[in-house]
Amino acid sequence: MNDAIIVSNLVVRYENVLALDGASLKAGFGQALGIVGPNGSGKSTLLKTIAGLLPAASGSVCVLGKEPRELPPGTIAYVPQIEAVDWSFPATVWDVVAMGRFPRLGMFRRFGNEDRKAVRRALAQLRMEELSGRHISALSGGQQQRAFVARAIAQEPRVLLLDEPTTGVDEQTEESLREVVRELVAGGMPVLMATHDLDRAADWFDRLVVIDRRVIAIGTPDEVARSGAYAAIREHTHTHGHMRTDR
Amino acid sequence: MIEHLIAPFHYAFMQRAFLTAILVGILCATMGTYVILRKLAFIGDGIAHASFAGIVIAYLRGTNFYLGAGIVAVITALGIGFVHRRGKISLDTTIGVLFTGAFALGIFLMSRQRTYSVDLQSFLFGDILSVGPQDVLMIVALALVVGIVTALLFRSLLYTSFDPVVAQASGMNANAIEYVLLVLIALTIIISLQAVGIILVAALLVTPAAAAYQLTNRFAPMMALSAFFGALCAVGGLYLSYYLASASGATIVLVATVLFFAAVGGKQVRLAIARRT
Repeated sequence: MNDAIIVSNLVVRYENVLALDGASLKAGFGQALGIVGPNGSGKSTLLKTIAGLLPAASGSVCVLGKEPRELPPGTIAYVPQIEAVDWSFPATVWDVVAMGRFPRLGMFRRFGNEDRKAVRRALAQLRMEELSGRHISALSGGQQQRAFVARAIAQEPRVLLLDEPTTGVDEQTEESLREVVRELVAGGMPVLMATHDLDRAADWFDRLVVIDRRVIAIGTPDEVARSGAYAAIREHTHTHGHMRTDR
Repeated sequence: MIEHLIAPFHYAFMQRAFLTAILVGILCATMGTYVILRKLAFIGDGIAHASFAGIVIAYLRGTNFYLGAGIVAVITALGIGFVHRRGKISLDTTIGVLFTGAFALGIFLMSRQRTYSVDLQSFLFGDILSVGPQDVLMIVALALVVGIVTALLFRSLLYTSFDPVVAQASGMNANAIEYVLLVLIALTIIISLQAVGIILVAALLVTPAAAAYQLTNRFAPMMALSAFFGALCAVGGLYLSYYLASASGATIVLVATVLFFAAVGGKQVRLAIARRT
């Protein structure tokens, strides 16, 4: 099978902190890969490096056969853990979701019918049609999260990276996010998602990887559960609570 | 009434002044939308001050003022972008040190001149009536360049202003776009120097856009309204200065300031009405 994403011996440093120390994994097309690990284990760093936002100190990241920064615009969609945007920015939900179309349009193409349709589809998938005219500052936390996932969907990427999209959202939002992910995966897209929620891993993911700066275990959610690495992480996660301090 | 409106146009220099004012008003207010949303107001002020060194050097060497000021402004704009990204120094410290230094260099060089120059003084406060036919050509050309590049990069500038990290992940080059924006702001400032001067140009970048921000909550309408406000303030200010015999740059900025407070008031009124219904 052709792998969509290949990470080999990846080392990433922030200043003097070693965030990833030789992580290796693969993700296939039409596969949802869950990334779990304690706070500070490098989940966010892994996603950011695959998104081309961080350089590798050594090792390599290969997405669809290329380095992330060499892919055509619009290939990777990334939804960060915490959106550090200015919520008073003059933009409605529609405006934010429409931005997902911008990378592929480049400088010269017009925002046309095709693009409007893609935005409408994405809004519908996240059940946000009625909110499309609302200013982003007037959204709840769950609605904000859905708007940013909708933007990623509207981009029609070939790879989707999600960093703990279910943290702090209500059950209904979580379920609609899960449906969207499963739909995209069924359509052949590789989806990588960091998560704290181990209980529902089997409903979300085809494969699960446990990391703590390197890969501790990888396999189906069942296999990983039986390996015991899962239990160790669960212990760790519970003692440390759900602090959002890992990068 | 009509006569009063037409009267200034009997003079060629007033025609040039109005054309310049409108271009400068629109351009500053358009770029001001990005300045406000990216919180670059201090950078605009800094670039304007730094360009003073370029003006003085150009003057002393007898070269074109736009060339001198332009080179220094663009270099400093790129310089702060670079120092800010690569260095461990905060942005306001970088600007505080670099730009006041460049400004001081301009004053230093000027003070060593025996023949005290009123021309240079006019760049501090602007003198839109001194805009010559050659200057108008230069201003129109530069305004076209800034306008075309901004139009081409419209979506990239919007996306990277709102969410640079995700824009970068989706394949845009947020860093390069920021550098281009800084250069565009530098050019806008250069275009505006003769009209409103170094000290006041930051007001034209910030005030109309800030007024528009009070009244809209979407990006494109904010930019359009800001451009309209910019032109309105420039033309209104110029008329007032003609009849009050006041400094044109200062009058334009004062009109903008009044407009800003009117917009704030307008927003409060609108909110009060919305609360009642």
